[in-house]
Amino acid sequence: MAAPVIQIRDLVKTYHVGEVTVRALRGANLDVEAGEFVAVTGPSGSGKSTLMHILGCLDRPTSGKYILDGKDVSRMSKDDLALVRNRKIGFVFQGFNLLSRTTALDNVELPMLYNGAEKLRAAQRHARAMEALKAVGLGERFHHFPNQLSGGQQQRVAIARALVTQPTILLADEPTGNLDTRTSIEVMDIFQRLNAERGITVILITHEMDIAEHGTRLVRFRDGRIQIDQKIAKRRNAAEELAALPPPEPEKDDAPSDEVAVEHHGGVV
Amino acid sequence: MSIIMTLVIALKALSRNKLRTMLTMLGMIIGVGAVIAMVGLGKGAQSTIEEQVKAAGTNLITVMAGNFTQGGVRQGGGMSTTLTPDDAEALRQLPGVQYLAASVNSRAQVVAGNQNWSTQIQGTDVELPLIRNWPNKFGSFFTSQDVQSAAKVCILGQTVSDNLFGPDVDPTGQIIRVKNQPFKVLGVLAPKGTTSFGQDQDDAIYAPYTTVQKKLQGIQHINQIQISAETPETGPVSAEITDALRARHKLIPGDPDDFMVRTQEEMASVRTETTKTMTTLLAAIAGVSLLVGGIGIMNIMLVSVTERTREIGLRMAIGARGKDVLMQFLVEAVVLSLFGGLIGIGFGYALSAAAEKFLEWPTSIPPNAIGMAFGFAAGTGVFFGFYPAKKAAGLDPIEALRFE
Repeated sequence: MAAPVIQIRDLVKTYHVGEVTVRALRGANLDVEAGEFVAVTGPSGSGKSTLMHILGCLDRPTSGKYILDGKDVSRMSKDDLALVRNRKIGFVFQGFNLLSRTTALDNVELPMLYNGAEKLRAAQRHARAMEALKAVGLGERFHHFPNQLSGGQQQRVAIARALVTQPTILLADEPTGNLDTRTSIEVMDIFQRLNAERGITVILITHEMDIAEHGTRLVRFRDGRIQIDQKIAKRRNAAEELAALPPPEPEKDDAPSDEVAVEHHGGVV
Repeated sequence: MSIIMTLVIALKALSRNKLRTMLTMLGMIIGVGAVIAMVGLGKGAQSTIEEQVKAAGTNLITVMAGNFTQGGVRQGGGMSTTLTPDDAEALRQLPGVQYLAASVNSRAQVVAGNQNWSTQIQGTDVELPLIRNWPNKFGSFFTSQDVQSAAKVCILGQTVSDNLFGPDVDPTGQIIRVKNQPFKVLGVLAPKGTTSFGQDQDDAIYAPYTTVQKKLQGIQHINQIQISAETPETGPVSAEITDALRARHKLIPGDPDDFMVRTQEEMASVRTETTKTMTTLLAAIAGVSLLVGGIGIMNIMLVSVTERTREIGLRMAIGARGKDVLMQFLVEAVVLSLFGGLIGIGFGYALSAAAEKFLEWPTSIPPNAIGMAFGFAAGTGVFFGFYPAKKAAGLDPIEALRFE
């Protein structure tokens, strides 16, 4: 078996907020194999967000080791970390974080502008961005601006943006926090398919148990340590859930009601 | 990231808020426009003066009688009686001297018929028209015969002729009275206008210097010697003149000169310096508006960085390095200032064209002013854009992503 994609050893992170010292992580150990779908849960302040930031190379641990894809990234310089974020990690946020007044296509192309030495021609960037948008079922809406898209559609643009650099892991921080039940399941469906069909490792941070149960493995944080780490026995299947839900109410503006169904049954990837 | 991509991103970002972009650029437009227009006006004035000087002749040298001290009382310039016609004749022999005229100045009331006029009586020599490049309008200039015989003849300046005989009248052959002595009018000089000091050069009558010395003043000395050098390089010639006169006047080293040598170049440079100072002053005031424009850019960039904190966080999360973000905001600031500068150059041209057309002020915008304005605009952009860009680049991606 190949080495785990993510190996963290005795990870400690301490913040100083004024006089107060916050021990966000107090020695976490975790191995994630390629192709796993890990759901990370825990109450607020348990350290799951801190873990997310370190896993995403946005922050460096106070002590301990983080080996990503065979490379120790815990002591890398800021610029090197930026390149790691660009090449190996795809981020999906709760608030979508799309650039306003910028088309879906331009939003998805954005990461390819920062990929260091690897120079892509405009046509190549365009083609890859279109491919990523098609993978999330938004191939037709590439020229739309974020304010012309529904929340679920915006999050799908954000997922396309995370995918476009073909990252090793996808980090999703409360991706369904701003979405209703149906669109939440739609987003989980996309994650499950990317995980199953492309073998992308997904790390999903959520505090909703029913969302977490779409993963293959559950990691529960408490007080900066891993409290529970187990396989999910009864995994939810988003595609089946969607089929069981009543058909969606027609959206008021430009989203035709049958589009969602088309996306799911149409061949993706 | 390549500079072209950075530029594209900057242009997209600026086009997202067109009104704000325009207003920010307005500061630069006015600043650069004002600098261009002011420099144009200043240079225009300068070249007008240079033309006047050229018209007067750049090779002129004037030797004036100096001051002298009598029993501890120092007299003013021109009071010395040590300058003589013999000095003038001696200077004529110097190499580099082309034409020379001794001159004696006086003021008097002149009368013709029932008209009278107070004017300057210039006693001079036959070479004056050659030195000043000054032709006759009517009649002819007096001859060396007239000078030798101290003949009571004169040439009128246009202003004098107008006042005594009326405009467009040829007074040649008429008699005028100067200090109750009859002078025959030989002609009228072509009008020369005022000097750049505002002195009317046509308000004078010209007579042989010998006549003024003997018939009007009763003196032996002369007040001035006017010389034209063979080349516009008047420096060496004026040095020779000084040496020759000191030798003739038996001045020992350490004694002050009892005469003054002035070149047209010197006098012109005083005026050129004055306009240069004015131009610099105007440009400096205009530069203040450029500074204000720059501060406007900085202000907007700071607002922009705050507004786009989440965007910055996101860009960092997807792989932008600190220097990518720095470049993005710096390029935005420079694009703002350069576009503003470009429009400002056009604005400056329009402004000086308007000044020339409606106010009839001469203007000339030197070509390097455009390069300079452009450079200044770019410099302003970099200078005032750097701090906001640095601030953006220094943001912590986690904090930036959480920013509301």
